[in-house]
Amino acid sequence: MLTTFIPLGVTLVAAPLVPGLINKTKAAFAGRQGPPLFQLYFDLLKLLNKGAVYSRVTTWIFRAGPIVSLASVIVAALFVPVAGTASLSFSGDIIAFAYLLGLGRFFTVLAALDTGSSFEGMGASREVTFAMFAEPTLFIIFVILARVTGSLSLSSMLTQAPLVGTPSMAGLLALVVFSLFIVCLAENSRIPVDDPATHLELTMIHEVMVLDHGGPDLAFILYGASIKLFVMVAMLAHLVFPMPDGSPVQSGLVFGSLMALITIVIGIVESAMARLRMVRVPRLLMAACMIACFGMIISLR
Amino acid sequence: MTARFAFASLRNGQTMAEHSIPVAPEMSSLLDSVAEQCREGRRLANFFGHRASDQPLKLYAVMSDDKANLLWIGAATAGASFPSLTPRCPQAHLFEREIYEQFGCRPQGHPWLKPVRFPARPQSPPIPRNYSFFHMDGEEVHEVAVGPVHAGIIEPGHFRFQCHGEHVFHLEIQLGYQHRGVETLLEHAASGRVPFLAESIAGDTAVGHGLASAMVWESLSDVRVSARAAALRAVALELERLANHVGDLGALGADIGFVPGSAYFGRLRGEFLNLLMELTGNRYGRCFVRPGGVTFDLPETMAESFLKRMKNAQKELQDVSRLFFDTPSVFERLDGVGAVSLNACQELGLVGPAARACGQDHDVRKDHPYGMYRFHHIPTMTADEGDVFARASIRRLEIERSLEFVISQIDNLPQGNLRAACGPLRKQSLAVALVEGWRGEIMHTVITDEEGRISRYKVTDPSFHNWMGLAMALRDQQISDFPLINKSFNLSYAGHDL
Repeated sequence: MLTTFIPLGVTLVAAPLVPGLINKTKAAFAGRQGPPLFQLYFDLLKLLNKGAVYSRVTTWIFRAGPIVSLASVIVAALFVPVAGTASLSFSGDIIAFAYLLGLGRFFTVLAALDTGSSFEGMGASREVTFAMFAEPTLFIIFVILARVTGSLSLSSMLTQAPLVGTPSMAGLLALVVFSLFIVCLAENSRIPVDDPATHLELTMIHEVMVLDHGGPDLAFILYGASIKLFVMVAMLAHLVFPMPDGSPVQSGLVFGSLMALITIVIGIVESAMARLRMVRVPRLLMAACMIACFGMIISLR
Repeated sequence: MTARFAFASLRNGQTMAEHSIPVAPEMSSLLDSVAEQCREGRRLANFFGHRASDQPLKLYAVMSDDKANLLWIGAATAGASFPSLTPRCPQAHLFEREIYEQFGCRPQGHPWLKPVRFPARPQSPPIPRNYSFFHMDGEEVHEVAVGPVHAGIIEPGHFRFQCHGEHVFHLEIQLGYQHRGVETLLEHAASGRVPFLAESIAGDTAVGHGLASAMVWESLSDVRVSARAAALRAVALELERLANHVGDLGALGADIGFVPGSAYFGRLRGEFLNLLMELTGNRYGRCFVRPGGVTFDLPETMAESFLKRMKNAQKELQDVSRLFFDTPSVFERLDGVGAVSLNACQELGLVGPAARACGQDHDVRKDHPYGMYRFHHIPTMTADEGDVFARASIRRLEIERSLEFVISQIDNLPQGNLRAACGPLRKQSLAVALVEGWRGEIMHTVITDEEGRISRYKVTDPSFHNWMGLAMALRDQQISDFPLINKSFNLSYAGHDL
């Protein structure tokens, strides 16, 4: 029973490391030392010890936003395998996974609209617009994986796909990994879609929606975002390399190094290119969707 | 048709007795003449009011003829109002609003007579603070208001966008939050305080404003600056330009999320600020330029280390610029964003790098040379597109030219005294000084009274000309591009608000 929750526990404990490692990578490219690897843990601790300020014009939705989105992302994390095993898995859990992420976004957007601020409204409209392009891609990827592995549960789809090792499958997996990588960047508001480091409200997408949250609410949001990032990177990790069957230590090591590698790749992408113009973002996401479609055609052959 | 009212010519840094400034018989003939000169390609460099004790308000117009390297000045006595020049000559719009705000003299028919700053002069009429902003109606048109308090550590200014989704129809900029009454302070300051006040008009242009103020002072007290002091002033001015241009490119990098660009340019900016500090004792070059000369010398040994470091920086800058400008995603992000047409640029009378990016070949260092620029010319760089990429490229090219200039200046510094003593100011005279600061044309105009005291000190910062250019650049753009376009202009709030 207890072992069931080890994958979720690892996710909850290790998630804040991912943004830390991305920031370290970016700092290295900028020739700086950068914030400590554990900076997000310190930030979360600091924020949890603070009080929160609520505007009089907001309603309970504003307060519920961070809690619901954190809760939904934690539940979604149950289905994602860590080093080969997931905490919870049933046939068709991919739908639950996708819509749990959707539910989190929905409440973040509602909370943003609840403030009545023009910035947050702008951010909300951008977030749902881009999600509209990212979501189909995710589903097409799921269709491909379901077709390849013959399974409808997220963990077996992710862990079995790389094992179906024919050359044509390798090409297919490359398409899947590439489009999932772009979805990962978009969903987690990384460059080239969004810039998590900017202070300019007018250019923000995700950040601008949470400007009015503070204290523990902001901690929930930041923590939820790091879990979402961890989960998406874990999905990529399972796709690019099969987890070894040996001891948990062995697969844990492989998984850990894959996670670090993909995280560093995200950091390199962020350092090597500028952000896209906002009107160009849908094109990038549509390109990802098209690539996934090609993959689907190949998988149906 | 009656003959045109003739202006008197004047050179940069020259003084003229007040009685020799031509006074038009009527306000309208002065305005007609200004409008006609604008049509011929001259720029309205300054247009301001002055009310000497117990005398009626007089308006002065200074035209700049960039081709002939001359300034033209004329004046007229104004009553309670005058027919607005703005409909004929849009460059005048902010000057007229300023005149209305400072003296209560109403430009009749001004299309948009809104406050410039809050009033500081005791004789000014009250200005409606509850100004109603420009406003669009439509089912899906919405308004986004930004500032005056911003997320970053920047100066205060209020921006209002009329948007349809992400599309901006119009941007209205309201400034004035930093109004400190600089002109009044300068008019009443003891002579020793004037340079300090001038240097704090805009903190990032301390050398530029300090130099303009010193030039006016020297001109009014008939002092000549030695060649060595002039060269050192030019070095300080160019170092200020280098630090700010490099910093701006870094800031553009940060705005588009291009980490290496912002980091490397940011470091090089520090290098130039350090050089400026070693030369002047202050990272922003304060307390260096003083009437009569400069306060510190650049000894032989220091000059050598300067040269070495400048040449290093030159090499590094080449690499970083190449990295920044050759990265496809950077080009894609900057190209075609926030374009200002050459026509709009000329109508609004933009100055500095923003104007040169539109193809306007105008640079005070070339058009109205002063100090060391009379002997050593810096090639003027222009671009055609007038977009963010053009403004960034102009900065890149100016950085290269400036570095070459500074290196050649330090390499053969002339001999001479550092500082000459300044006597009393000429009585009842007017002096004009133009300096090409890193943002563009800085103009200081001083009028003295019958006892040789300053009775009017008019400061015109390049930002005063250029803010409207930013508003125009936002037309039909994406609202998410505003921070980037704003940064590409990087105008001064303090310099505008005075």
